[in-house]
Amino acid sequence: MSIRERLSGNEAAATAMKQINPDVVAAFPITPSTEIPQYFSTFVANGAVDTEFVAVESEHSAMSACIGAEAAGSRAMTATSANGLSLMWEMIYIASSLRLPIVLSLVNRAVSGPLNIHNDHSDAMGVRDAGWIMLFSENNQEAYDNTLMAHRIAEHKDVMLPLMVCQDGFITSHSIENIELEEDEKVKEFVGEYHPEHYLLNKKEPIAVGPLDVQTYLFEHKAQQAKAMINAKKVILEVAKDFEKMTGRSYGFFEEYKLEDAEIAVVCMNSTAGTTKYVVDKLREKGIKAGLLKIRVYRPFPAEEIAEALSHLKAVAIFDKADSLNAAGGAVFEDVTSAMYVNQKNVPAVNYIYGIGGRDTKADDIEDVYTELLEIAKSGKVENPYRYFGLRKGGDKNAL
Amino acid sequence: MDNLIEIRWHGRGGQGAKTASLLLADAAFNTGKYIQGFPEYGPERMGAPITAYNRISSSPITIHSNIYEPDYVVVVDDTLLECVDVTAGLKENGAIVINTTKSADYLKSVLKGYNGNIYTIDARKISEEALGRYFPNTPMLAAIVKVSGIMTDEALLEDMKGSFKHKFAKKPEVIDGNMKALEMALKEVKKI
Repeated sequence: MSIRERLSGNEAAATAMKQINPDVVAAFPITPSTEIPQYFSTFVANGAVDTEFVAVESEHSAMSACIGAEAAGSRAMTATSANGLSLMWEMIYIASSLRLPIVLSLVNRAVSGPLNIHNDHSDAMGVRDAGWIMLFSENNQEAYDNTLMAHRIAEHKDVMLPLMVCQDGFITSHSIENIELEEDEKVKEFVGEYHPEHYLLNKKEPIAVGPLDVQTYLFEHKAQQAKAMINAKKVILEVAKDFEKMTGRSYGFFEEYKLEDAEIAVVCMNSTAGTTKYVVDKLREKGIKAGLLKIRVYRPFPAEEIAEALSHLKAVAIFDKADSLNAAGGAVFEDVTSAMYVNQKNVPAVNYIYGIGGRDTKADDIEDVYTELLEIAKSGKVENPYRYFGLRKGGDKNAL
Repeated sequence: MDNLIEIRWHGRGGQGAKTASLLLADAAFNTGKYIQGFPEYGPERMGAPITAYNRISSSPITIHSNIYEPDYVVVVDDTLLECVDVTAGLKENGAIVINTTKSADYLKSVLKGYNGNIYTIDARKISEEALGRYFPNTPMLAAIVKVSGIMTDEALLEDMKGSFKHKFAKKPEVIDGNMKALEMALKEVKKI
């Protein structure tokens, strides 16, 4: 029986960590994820977990400590945001290439500068090609659920990759909302124990971790990493199936909201999907066939599946909460449109950069996007695929 | 979400508007509702204008934006009336609840053009009488519950007693004062 509670997104992530009771948590505080290690250190102090909590002096050290702990054979977790993740950058790649299934709670925030503590996805987008599995969460419930599923995915022998669970800074991390929690014992049983195949503290099998890897080997090791990411797709769905058996809550690579018979749709991630659902409902009442595809699994990228799910549309808008500053469009837009091109699904597509630096994402702005999609659906033409919404107006609201 | 109630709080940093919005979310949650309680974070510092929000509904809430067309507005500090557009988007069939001792004429003049209901309460007097110190958030919480009818007086008092016991576990001497502030505020909030 699930437990009816009300928690903020940060409390939800910390509660999941408490129930997982990892061997090691190493973290350095940074807004808006500070509360996660803060709550967790309280659990440690109160004896609610028997985790070794390492209060490091920087995020680089936090990830390094997680790497050391995982290499030794234990289960390690951390949390960070924005510039904290930037400071981890070097170790982020090392964690994935050493095949250490560390789980990171990433509370998304704009990477400086100028200094901004609010939400966008520029931190996550910066590590999208670093070999981490990336799950995005619409609300506190999904942040909790994704964290409970994280170790089962990351530690699977066919995967062995680190995983980050993303949620929107402040918007969900600091909003108190209803949530269904699972009982401690059930979570413990679901997550299971971690018994790595190879680890440093195994005296029967002396190994080295991370030695020099020259021309004759690195390519093969990278290909193995790539294969692990492909394998993760199957494992993510298997774990979701088991999770549904326990909770009744169903998860896939993405959520299709009123998409099946939709003519126009938005593709987005995290909290914006919730606001978009509200807009879709409103438009449906007016007889407009609007839909939504909310990406949950961004890495591995479910290219074929997304292309198929969008193939029947007359027009699609892809939202990016980070600008790639490449004169062409955001990262999610490029992923989705290239998936459609490769899978020969020809749907007029348009990109909207939005919500940068915590700019509030209003239902009205999303409704305007659907209105523009109706026009694109009618003409079949996209004049300018690289657009903004929510930018302070001065002349043409779509002009860059 | 036909039954959705949206509330916007205006206060100054340090007055507890954020805490009040979280307490209201808690109390409504305990009556079985779906809730949201969230502040709009800016560069907070003591005394600066801050905004906090509540959504309360009997069905799940998915929208994750700030609130632009609130059903109710709570103003914790009346010095904000002249510098913040507190009635922006406020529904005419809703209401604004202000912590003030200012005259009805003054309030009508600063809330230029707003034709909906205006309620006032002297949260300073209540707080100083009940708690011996100025914490306006507890009386304002009671006032908005009374005006919005989100729950009965009894349900609020019962629920808050539990919350205060938890919140003030280390200083139980303030529990009775806070309960008294709630009771007084429920009686004293009035429509002008």
